[in-house]
Amino acid sequence: MWASAAVSAAKLVIVAVGLLTAVPVMVWVERRGAAFIQDRLGPNRVGPFGLLQPVIDAIKLVFKEDLTPANVNRGLYLLAPMVSFFVAMVTFIVIPFGAGKDITVFGVPLGGLSVAPDLGVGVLFLLAIGSLGVYGIVLAGWSSNNKYSLLGGLRSSAQLISYELPMALAVLGVLLSTGSLRLDDVVTRQAEHLWLNFIPQWNLIPQAIGFVVFVTAAFAETNRLPFDLAEAETELVAGYHLEYSSMKFAAFFMSEYINMTTASALIVTLFCGGWTFPGMQHFSGWWLLVASVGAFFVKLAFFLWLFVWVRWTLPRFRYDQLMRLGWKGLLPLATLNLVWVGVAMAMRWI
Amino acid sequence: MTVPTTYFVIFAALLFAVGAAGVLLRRSGISILLGIELMLNAANLALVAFGRQHGQLDAQVFVFFVMAVAAAEVAVGLALLVAIFRKNQSIDVDRLNVLRW
Amino acid sequence: MVTAFFYLAAAVGLVSAAVAVAHRNPVVNVLSLVVTLFCIAVNYALLGAEFLAAAQVLVYAGAILVLFLFVVMLLNAPEEQPATEPRPFQRVAGLLLAVAAAVGGVALLMGLRLSLPTQSSPGSAQALGRLLTGPYLFAFEFISVLLLAAMVGALMLVKRKH
Repeated sequence: MWASAAVSAAKLVIVAVGLLTAVPVMVWVERRGAAFIQDRLGPNRVGPFGLLQPVIDAIKLVFKEDLTPANVNRGLYLLAPMVSFFVAMVTFIVIPFGAGKDITVFGVPLGGLSVAPDLGVGVLFLLAIGSLGVYGIVLAGWSSNNKYSLLGGLRSSAQLISYELPMALAVLGVLLSTGSLRLDDVVTRQAEHLWLNFIPQWNLIPQAIGFVVFVTAAFAETNRLPFDLAEAETELVAGYHLEYSSMKFAAFFMSEYINMTTASALIVTLFCGGWTFPGMQHFSGWWLLVASVGAFFVKLAFFLWLFVWVRWTLPRFRYDQLMRLGWKGLLPLATLNLVWVGVAMAMRWI
Repeated sequence: MTVPTTYFVIFAALLFAVGAAGVLLRRSGISILLGIELMLNAANLALVAFGRQHGQLDAQVFVFFVMAVAAAEVAVGLALLVAIFRKNQSIDVDRLNVLRW
Repeated sequence: MVTAFFYLAAAVGLVSAAVAVAHRNPVVNVLSLVVTLFCIAVNYALLGAEFLAAAQVLVYAGAILVLFLFVVMLLNAPEEQPATEPRPFQRVAGLLLAVAAAVGGVALLMGLRLSLPTQSSPGSAQALGRLLTGPYLFAFEFISVLLLAAMVGALMLVKRKH
C-alpha cells in the first residue's frame, strides 16, 4: 500500500520535474532555432551557446512588477492562468513514457511507466481534461476587460472547439485498430504487429491521413503558429494574455510549452510506437527501462523540434482560412481515415 | 465501501430543485437554459445511480442519449437566444411579450 | 474514504449549483455550472461509470458550456437588471414550487429502503459499446439524425437575411 503510493508519488514528481524542465530547454531551442532559420546568431551572451539565457529570463519574469489593471474582474483574472497551468500539468499523467517490465521497486511491479497506468478510460481522460484548457484562455480574454483580449479569447474558443473534432476522430482511428482506450495497449499493439518480421507496424504508416490530421489539429489545439490566432501579436497585440505580467504571464507561457510537450508525447504514443524501438527484444530489466525512455525522448525531441520548425517557417492563417481548413479539410479527412481503418481492419490488412 | 444509492439520488433531487428554481426565477435566457442543463444532469445522475442498484448498464446508455439530446437542445436554444438578441437587444424573457414582430 | 469523497463532491456541487442559478453575472453562472458538472462526473466515477465520467467532462464541460460561454461573450450579455415590471406573486410561487420539489423529492427518496448493490457492473467503454451497437443500434443511429436536424435548425435561426 505505502510502497505503491510512494512509487506513484515518485513517478508524479519525475513527470512534473520533467515537464517543468522542458519549458526552459524549449525556450532556448526555440530562440536558437529561430535564429538558425533566420540566419542570425540568437542568444549567445549568457553561458556557452546562450544556454543560461532561459534561467536569466525566468529570474527576470519573477522580479517583474505584477500589475493588475484597474477594471478587470479580479477573481476570474486570477483564476485564468491557474486553470491554464493546471490543465497543462495534469494531462501528461496517462502517457506511458517507458517500459518497466520485470522490474520491481520496493516490491511494486512497475509495468508500463506512466503516472496513472490503471485508468481504464486512458486517452479519453487526456482529451476530457485537455478540453478544459480553453477556459483558461477564454477567461483571460474576458476578464481582462480589453477588446483585443476579448477578441483573442473568442477566436480561441471557436478554434479549439472546431479542431477538437478532427483530433478526436483521428484518435478514434488509432483506438479502433487497438481495441482499447488505454495508451499502454496502443503502444504494445504497435510493437507487436510487424511487417516482414522486423519492421514495427507503427500507426504512422497505415493511418497516414489520421497522422497528418492529428498533427495539424495538435498545432491548433496548442495555439502554435500557423494557428496562433488567439495571440496574433501583429493584429491583437498579444491577444488573451495582453493584460498579464510577471508570473501570471509566465503561467500562460509555461502552459503553452507544456501543452506542446504533451501534444508531442501524444503524437509519439499514438502514431510512432511510443517508447518501443526496433530490436527491443534483446533488452530486459533496467537496460530496457533506460533504452525505452531514451527512445521515447528521441521521438519526443523530434516532434518538439517540428513545432519550432513549423513556427518559424509558415505564416499565420486568416480566421476564415482557419475555419475552412478545420471544417472542410480536416474533418472529412479524419472521417475518411476512420472509414479506411474500419475497412482495413475488416479485411485484415492491418 | 460503496456509497448507498439513496445518497446519490437525494443529491440528484436537490440539484434538480436548484435547477428548477433557476428556470422559474431567472429572467435571463441564458440562466434559464443553464437551469435546464442542471435539471437534465440531475436526472442523469439518478438514472446512473438506479442503474447501478439493479446492476444494469442500460441506464448508462440512456444517459449517453440524454447527453446527445442535451447537446442538440443547447445548440438550438442558444441559436434562438442569438436571434432574439438581434431583434430585441436583450435576452430578458420578460421582454418577449409580443406575439408577432 | 469513498463516502468522504461523495460528501465533498456533493457539497461542492450543491454550492456551485446554487451560485450557478443565483449569481447575476452570466460568466460566473456558466463557470460555476462547470464546477457542478465536474462534481457530477466525480459521482459517475464513484458509481463505477468511468466512461460516462470522461464523456461528461468531455461533452458538457469541454463543449456545451464553452458554447454557452461563447454566446455570453458574443452577446456581451449584461448582468441581469431589476425587472421593469416586477411580478412578486410569480416569484414567490416559483420559489415555493422549487422548495416543494426539493422537500418532496428528498422526503420521497428518504423513504426508499434499498439494499446495497451486490454485483457491480463496471461501465467500461467496451460494455457500453456492445449495448450501443447491439440492442440500441436504431436509437444510436437516430441520434445522428437528431443532431443533424439541430445543426440545420441552429443555422437557419441565426442566418442573416440579405
